[in-house]
Amino acid sequence: MNVFVRSAGFLTSVQDLGRAGYRQSGISVGGALDSHAMRVANALAGNEDSAAGLEATLGSLRLRFDDQRVVAWCGGAFAVRLGDENLPPGHAGLIAKDEELVMAAPKAGARAWLAISGGIDLPPVLGSRSTDLRGDFGGHEGRALRDGDALPLGEPSVLPARVAKMFGDRRIAEWTAPSAWVTTAARDRFLRIVQGPDWTRFTPEAQTSLVGAPFTVTLDSDRMGARLDGPSLPRQDPSDLLSEAVGPGTLQVPPNGKPILLLGDCQTIGGYPKIAHVITVDLPIAAQLWPGGLVRFYDVSLAVAQQLLREREEDFTRFRIGLSLQAS
Amino acid sequence: MEIVPLGDSALIVRVVDDFARNPEASLNAVLAALRSLEAAAIPGVTELAPAYSTVGIFFDVAGIARAAPEQEPFDWLSAKIESALKVRSAGSEKGVKTQLIEIPVCYDREFAPDIGDVARVAGLAEAEVIHRHSSAAYRVNCVGFIAGFPFLSGLPSELATPRRAAPRKDVPAGSVAIGGAQTGIYPRNSPGGWNVIGRTPLRLFDVQREPPTILRAGDRVRFREISREEFGGFPQ
Repeated sequence: MNVFVRSAGFLTSVQDLGRAGYRQSGISVGGALDSHAMRVANALAGNEDSAAGLEATLGSLRLRFDDQRVVAWCGGAFAVRLGDENLPPGHAGLIAKDEELVMAAPKAGARAWLAISGGIDLPPVLGSRSTDLRGDFGGHEGRALRDGDALPLGEPSVLPARVAKMFGDRRIAEWTAPSAWVTTAARDRFLRIVQGPDWTRFTPEAQTSLVGAPFTVTLDSDRMGARLDGPSLPRQDPSDLLSEAVGPGTLQVPPNGKPILLLGDCQTIGGYPKIAHVITVDLPIAAQLWPGGLVRFYDVSLAVAQQLLREREEDFTRFRIGLSLQAS
Repeated sequence: MEIVPLGDSALIVRVVDDFARNPEASLNAVLAALRSLEAAAIPGVTELAPAYSTVGIFFDVAGIARAAPEQEPFDWLSAKIESALKVRSAGSEKGVKTQLIEIPVCYDREFAPDIGDVARVAGLAEAEVIHRHSSAAYRVNCVGFIAGFPFLSGLPSELATPRRAAPRKDVPAGSVAIGGAQTGIYPRNSPGGWNVIGRTPLRLFDVQREPPTILRAGDRVRFREISREEFGGFPQ
């Protein structure tokens, strides 16, 4: 069974939780830029966390299915319709054979993650179905989707009889996930940071400017990183650094003093000083940054950042248990 | 040695302080640390990423919290790392297994748009640049920047050439190039600012292979000059 891409929109690609384990070969983790949103959408659609779904950028996506599926999505402020019914973010919806799913352009934010029951069943490459758009491998032919593509779907793990019971005579399920997980495009974007490995290489003025001053996302931003314009962040010592590990959330500063916030498709190593690092629970907000948008940073301690992440993981485990009780 | 956090889910172990003073010994120390950390299999650690003088360690905070619910994850992990690295005996750096790989390179003008610039900067004839580049012994310092790109040390110092002022939009796969004091090989077509002096017919990066790269950090490399005919006859 397949999903047919009637309109691929601006940039839509097959993504899962990413390709961990190959940094030594220089391969980015990649995957859904908001892997938590992908996980939540998968849970709502009755999938394993690691099932492959779609990451849509700026919407304008139209899909058709050749059998009945459960779908769910999370992300920016998009409007999604199943046939003639509205599917809010963070709710499971039933889409019938030959019906169209339409995702319009967003009112805020940039990206959304759509899970389809059964998952997109493409062969994994190096352990993941994610599309590596820089490396041209994984996903569907190693590239972004085009109008007319057809993607194979797996067998849904939730039995049809159970689906019927879950939905009753509705086609949009009532239960939902916490709103902070499903709607991640805020007007004022605050990203919490911890100090980076090279924090002390920057001047006190740079450290003060980073926390509090607004930065604007510039045009040359993509899945590798968001380039930011704002107060310059000068260093105390201009010596060259040896490249070392970087990751999604790293805030690095090239010699021009304009920081780059690295995202999922970022390179594995970098030689620019790392002034700070966005905390993991705020990466979903970072994944909604788009040129012209404003972002501010404020600092928290490492202990707080890790505590927030632990709590979110515990909440997610409880959410999954809750869903399985609903469906049984 | 120093351990610094890289956000809430990674940290960097700075194994040696001064890589440049003795790259060979520094790289051995980093690789030995990498092997010790692999062998320690610390709970919650998901990935190790060596580069020059450091090993990046990526971890799952929730997994560490399950292993050590009473401690701060960073403190617990740092202690585990320190004890893993202490286990390493003085002789273990000699035990780091690396391979010697010969890379055939065609230095024909067709594949070497920047060999003239390199020769000019070095004050050498092009044939001498080729001779010296293919006579030296190299070592992979790290693999990164783009998937499968090896950064090699060992370039004869007279061949060091600054990166091009304007990067090329498309450097062909297999291009052997010089960037500053390092030499490297573009594993696939990509933009790039290094000075291209030849091309290898070998496929350095293939996602259908496990591992997908031929070269790993620490491996030793030699370039062997091949003719245009030999290049054309290589199995693709």
